[in-house]
Amino acid sequence: MNDTKQSSDRRSAHGRSGAATAVPPPAPMRERRRPTSQQWAAWAFLAPVTLYLVLFYAYPLYRNLDLSLRNYTVRSFVQGDAPFTGLQNYLTVFKDPTFAPALLHTVVFTAVCLVFQYIIGLALAVFFNQHFRLSATLRALFLVPWLLPLIVSASTWSWMLNSDSGIVNAALHAVGIGPVNWLTSPSWSLTSVIIANIWIGVPFNLVVLYSGLQSIPANLYEAAALDGANAWQRFRRITFPLLRPVSAITLLLGLVYTLKVFDIIWIMTKGGPADSSTTFATWSYQLGFGNLLPAFGPGAAVGNLLVVAALVFGLVYLRVQRKQALS
Amino acid sequence: MSRSRSRTWGKTTVGVLLTAVMLFPVYWMLNVSFTRDQDMRKSPPGLFPTHGTLAGYRTVLDEQLPYLGTSLVVALGTVVLTVALAAPAGYALAKLRPRGGGLLSFVLLAAQMIPGIIMAMGFYAIYLQLGLLQSVPGLIVADSTLAVPFAVLIFTAFMSGIPGELLQAAQMDGARTLRTFWSIVLPMSRNAVVTVSLFAFLWSWSDFVFANTLVNGGTHEPITLGIYHYIGNNNQEWNAIMATAVVASLPAAVILVLAQRYVAAGVTTGAVKD
Repeated sequence: MNDTKQSSDRRSAHGRSGAATAVPPPAPMRERRRPTSQQWAAWAFLAPVTLYLVLFYAYPLYRNLDLSLRNYTVRSFVQGDAPFTGLQNYLTVFKDPTFAPALLHTVVFTAVCLVFQYIIGLALAVFFNQHFRLSATLRALFLVPWLLPLIVSASTWSWMLNSDSGIVNAALHAVGIGPVNWLTSPSWSLTSVIIANIWIGVPFNLVVLYSGLQSIPANLYEAAALDGANAWQRFRRITFPLLRPVSAITLLLGLVYTLKVFDIIWIMTKGGPADSSTTFATWSYQLGFGNLLPAFGPGAAVGNLLVVAALVFGLVYLRVQRKQALS
Repeated sequence: MSRSRSRTWGKTTVGVLLTAVMLFPVYWMLNVSFTRDQDMRKSPPGLFPTHGTLAGYRTVLDEQLPYLGTSLVVALGTVVLTVALAAPAGYALAKLRPRGGGLLSFVLLAAQMIPGIIMAMGFYAIYLQLGLLQSVPGLIVADSTLAVPFAVLIFTAFMSGIPGELLQAAQMDGARTLRTFWSIVLPMSRNAVVTVSLFAFLWSWSDFVFANTLVNGGTHEPITLGIYHYIGNNNQEWNAIMATAVVASLPAAVILVLAQRYVAAGVTTGAVKD
């Protein structure tokens, strides 16, 4: 239990998007009577946060749903008398030529980021789990990309990937590779934002997987070493299988958070050029705020599709998490 | 013996190299922030700021102080609002066994999964009607949604660790629930307060989505928008942009030094309890 607690608390530190993760272990539901006065007191303490959730989560979500079901123009947006049009905005979105590329980019972006973040994070976690001199300090330094404001990371990467004056092209030039138009060529822009996002996501994977490794008993490795298992075999037969629950959690949570990545892409490429790095998140924002003539309805519709996707995977995550907590 | 020692040093060397690769972008940010304008487009770019200049930082002092001030106010406001909302809720969920508490925890968890841009759009629609666009309090409320669910869960975890006998003793002495919370639970949860505050501060300070949606173009804009405007204006003074980025990263650096300890404290408090 200690270990799951530990990992959950560490993990909760993930949330640059405000992410606490673990369900607090359900208070032991003893069959004791709950005195009514205590119930009143309890809900008095909970009232502010409940009100807050209704006002600042439920209501904005409702407004968003409402936006997606009406035909809003700038005028009716201010006056609030837009006609109800049902699913018209959703149809518009499905028929939009941007829909297919945005869907594809969202899937590619999410999948590639997840795979690389996980593999690199796991490799680093195994490496740092060996406890050498300075390992704790170095591991702490690995957190830096994750603590930096996204605009800082995004603008730094933008300049590093600059076609003419960026260090990346300079390094490629040194080994004889021609300049790549990282951010301005439609064939590279998605790759560029993926690289930056992997860099930002590795620390989270490292921290969670590292705390998972801590919970694997050392004597298992000793026994395996006595049996003559080499390092790779120990990883294949012990580390990886025993880390599976933590891996599942890491990947699912990563999935939810990668789906909604917005800042990095918006700051580096605005989804361009020519929609080549547009995902649902940036497309939604583009529709609602990116143009001179805002399309609030379709923007909200795209956003709601994203909410549904995030919540579906989020619920899967909670299920898995709960199952693990019980076992 | 000497062989194993050389192996640990070997690992340290590899570790230092890996860290250097990982932190290269951070180094590059620092390097560019000290680079002179005329060297900025040099090919290949200088790996060290040999002719270092503080011009970028001077520009920060000249142009970005109001943005930094706004960010500070917004971040501190977010901290206060977050702690004020989350600490009592954490206490109730941890100790008072409210009916429906499980559902509330679940809603809090689900709330974190909602993409920020969706929240931003909803807030935009509401603030437009209320006339709260481009206002600092509006931004504080929006930014607090980044931290409140996390904060409630952290407080719940911490406060579950406070021994029930202690609270019962207080109640025996006639302390009301509010008194118990204020004079026993809250002081004992100091570490949780610090942890939550640090993260609420950091997230609010780093927020870009809400700022860009809700206060863009207003009189009080946070530092993230300061940087964004620099880039957006096709500004070529990258030393100034990167110097601003360095300054904007300072809270992260402070957290790396301080929060390490508090997050660790949180972890052990959480771990002791079951």
